[in-house]
Amino acid sequence: MTRLRAEDLTLAYDQATVANGLSVDIPDGSFTVIIGPNACGKSTLLKALARMLKPKAGAVHLDGKAITSQRSKDVAKRLGLLPQSSTAPGGITVGDLVARGRYPHQSVLRQWSAEDEAVVAESMRLTGVAGLAERVVDELSGGQRQRVWLAMVLAQQTPILLLDEPTTFLDIAHQIEVLDLCADLHDDGEHTLVAVLHDLNQACRYATNLVVMRPGGVVAAQGEPSEVVTADLVEDVFGLSCRVIDDPETGTPMIVPVSRTARSAPAGQPVGASAGESQHHGPVAVHEDAPL
Amino acid sequence: MTPPPTSDTAASDTANPDTANSHTAATSPRRAGTRPVSGRVVRAGGLSLRLAPRTLVVAAVVAALLAAVMIVTLTAGEYSLTLGQVLASLAGRGDETGDFVVYTLMLPRLLVAVLVGAMLAVSGGLLQTVTRNSLGSPDVIGFTSAAATGALVVITVLGGTMLQVSLGALAGGIVAALLIYVLAYHRGVSGLRFVLMGIGINALAVAANSFLITRASLHDALTAQAWLVGSVNSRGWEHVVAAAVTLAVLLPVALSRTRSLSMMELGDDTASALGVRTGRDRTVLIGVSVLLAAFAVAAAGPITFVALAAPQLTRRLTRSPAPGLVTTALVGALLLATGDLLVQQLFPAAQLPVGTATGCVGGLYLIWLLASEWRGKGRYA
Repeated sequence: MTRLRAEDLTLAYDQATVANGLSVDIPDGSFTVIIGPNACGKSTLLKALARMLKPKAGAVHLDGKAITSQRSKDVAKRLGLLPQSSTAPGGITVGDLVARGRYPHQSVLRQWSAEDEAVVAESMRLTGVAGLAERVVDELSGGQRQRVWLAMVLAQQTPILLLDEPTTFLDIAHQIEVLDLCADLHDDGEHTLVAVLHDLNQACRYATNLVVMRPGGVVAAQGEPSEVVTADLVEDVFGLSCRVIDDPETGTPMIVPVSRTARSAPAGQPVGASAGESQHHGPVAVHEDAPL
Repeated sequence: MTPPPTSDTAASDTANPDTANSHTAATSPRRAGTRPVSGRVVRAGGLSLRLAPRTLVVAAVVAALLAAVMIVTLTAGEYSLTLGQVLASLAGRGDETGDFVVYTLMLPRLLVAVLVGAMLAVSGGLLQTVTRNSLGSPDVIGFTSAAATGALVVITVLGGTMLQVSLGALAGGIVAALLIYVLAYHRGVSGLRFVLMGIGINALAVAANSFLITRASLHDALTAQAWLVGSVNSRGWEHVVAAAVTLAVLLPVALSRTRSLSMMELGDDTASALGVRTGRDRTVLIGVSVLLAAFAVAAAGPITFVALAAPQLTRRLTRSPAPGLVTTALVGALLLATGDLLVQQLFPAAQLPVGTATGCVGGLYLIWLLASEWRGKGRYA
C-alpha cells in the first residue's frame, strides 16, 4: 500500500462539484505528474492531497490514516507543499525565509537547533541559493525566488513533496532548471514528488508516473508516460489532434499538435481543439527538430 | 545534431552560471559565526532560542523613553511636584499632598494612557498581520467606530452610567467584528475582503454616530462629542484596573500564538502546509484584537491611529518582518503617553482630549506611509 492515496474523493467548492469518486494512488518514490485540461480539477486534487481542501466525501490517507484526522504539525513533517503562489513578508532575507521551513520541527524552546541550521544550509546548497542567504527576497528574479521557495519546502524535510504548477511564471530556461532540480530530488531515492504541470512534453520527460485527468475530475489514464500517452488519449482528453513522436533528447513521448491547415482540411479531423489550448503545448522548435 | 545526453547527466550538471556560482559559495569555508539566518542564537542542552538583538535594543530604548515620559508627566503637571516628591510617593514614603496628587489626580490618567496605548497597538499589530494589510487596523475597519456607536447609544438614548457606556462600547465592537467576519466569510476569511468589508462597516458606524449626536439633547451631545474624540481626562482607578486585567489576560493569549502569527505572513496555504492551524489561530487572534480594541475604547473612547501607527513604527524601528508584540505594545504606550503629555503641556486650559493629538500625528504618518509605499514597492493586498 502506498503512503499517500486518495480514496473515493468528492471535491467541491461550495456548490460547484469538481470531482466525484476520485481515487488515486501515489506510488512511493515516484515522480508523479498530474496533467489535464484547464479546470479539470488537477490543482483541486493536489489541494486535497495537501489537506488544503477538505473532501465532501471520501478521504486522503497518509500512512494509512485519514490526513484530516492527523495533527497538522505531524503531517507537516511528512508532507510538504509548494503552493502556486506564496507571499514573502516584506524585507525578509533568503536565509530567514528558508528557515521558516523548519517550523514543524521547532517549538518555543527549540527555536533554532544545530540540526535546523544544517538542514537549512543543505537545502540552500541543493537549490543553489546558498550565496543569496543575506539577500532580500523581494529583490530576486522570478527564477531565483522559486528556488528559494523550493529550498524552504526542502528544509521541511518531508519524504513527500507536492508542487502546484512550480514552473508557472518562469521562462523556459528557469522551467527546465526547476524541473531538473525536482528530478535530482527524485533520483536521490528519498523523495516522492507529486507535481501539477501544464506542459505535456515536460510532464512526459520528467514523470515516472503520469496521472492524466479529464474534465469532471476523472482519471483517464495513469502510468509511465511511454505507456499511457497516445495521440488518441490527447485527442480524447484535451480535444487536440496531435502526433506523438519520440522526444529526440530523451526518447519520451512528445506531443506535436497537427498543423492548422491539416485541422481545417476536410479529412474528418475534428476541429474541437481550441486555439488557446495549443499555445500551452507549443514545444520548443518542434518544426525544425521533429523528423517527420 | 549533437549526440543526446541522457536526462541524468543533463539534470546533475545544471549548466547555469548562477547555480554554479552559488554552489562554490556554499562549499567554500564560511566565516566562523556566519549563519543563514539573522539574529543571535543561544543554545543550552536541548534548548535553543533565536534572539533579535536589534529588537531587544529597540524595546529597551522605548521602555526607557516611556519611563522618562511618565516621570515628566507626573512632575510637570499643574501641581508641580518635585522629582523627589513623586519618587517618594511612588515608593510609598510620600507626604499627604504628594500622595493625593500622584495617586488620585495624576497616576490613574497616566496609567490609562499607557495601558490603552499598549492595547490599541497590540490590537492593530495582530490585525495587520492576520489580514496581511497595513490598513487592517481596528480604527480603519470599524471596530473602534462601532464600539463608539455602542457607547453613544448608551449616552444619548439610554442615558446610562460610565460603566454602562463601557459595556455599550464592548457590545458595539464585538457586534461589528462578528458582522465583518460573517459578511467577509467565503471559503475562509481573506485579509483583503476582511479589510474592505470593515471599511464599509466603519462608514456605517460613523454615519450612525453622527445621527445619534444630531438627534441628542445639547447636554448629551456635548458629552458624546467629547467622548468621541477619545480622552484619558479624569480617568480613575476603576479604568486602570479594567484595562490592566484585560491586557493581563489577552496579551499572553496573543503571545502564545506569536510563532503561528509570523508564519501567517507567508500566506495561508504555505502556513498550513508547514503545520500551522491557520483557521483556528486566525479566529483566536482576531478575537483577541477585537476585545483589546473594544476594551480600549470602553476605557478611553475611540482614540485614533495608535493602532494603525504603532505596529508600522515598530516594524520600521526593529527592521524585522516579524511582529514583536511586546515591542509594539511599548511603542503604543509611548505614543499615547507622549500625546497626553503634549496636550496637557501645550493646551493646559483647554483640557484637550488626547485623541486630537494622536489624530494629527497619525494623519501625517498615514500620508507619509502611503506616499512612501506607493513610490517604493507597493506591498498591498
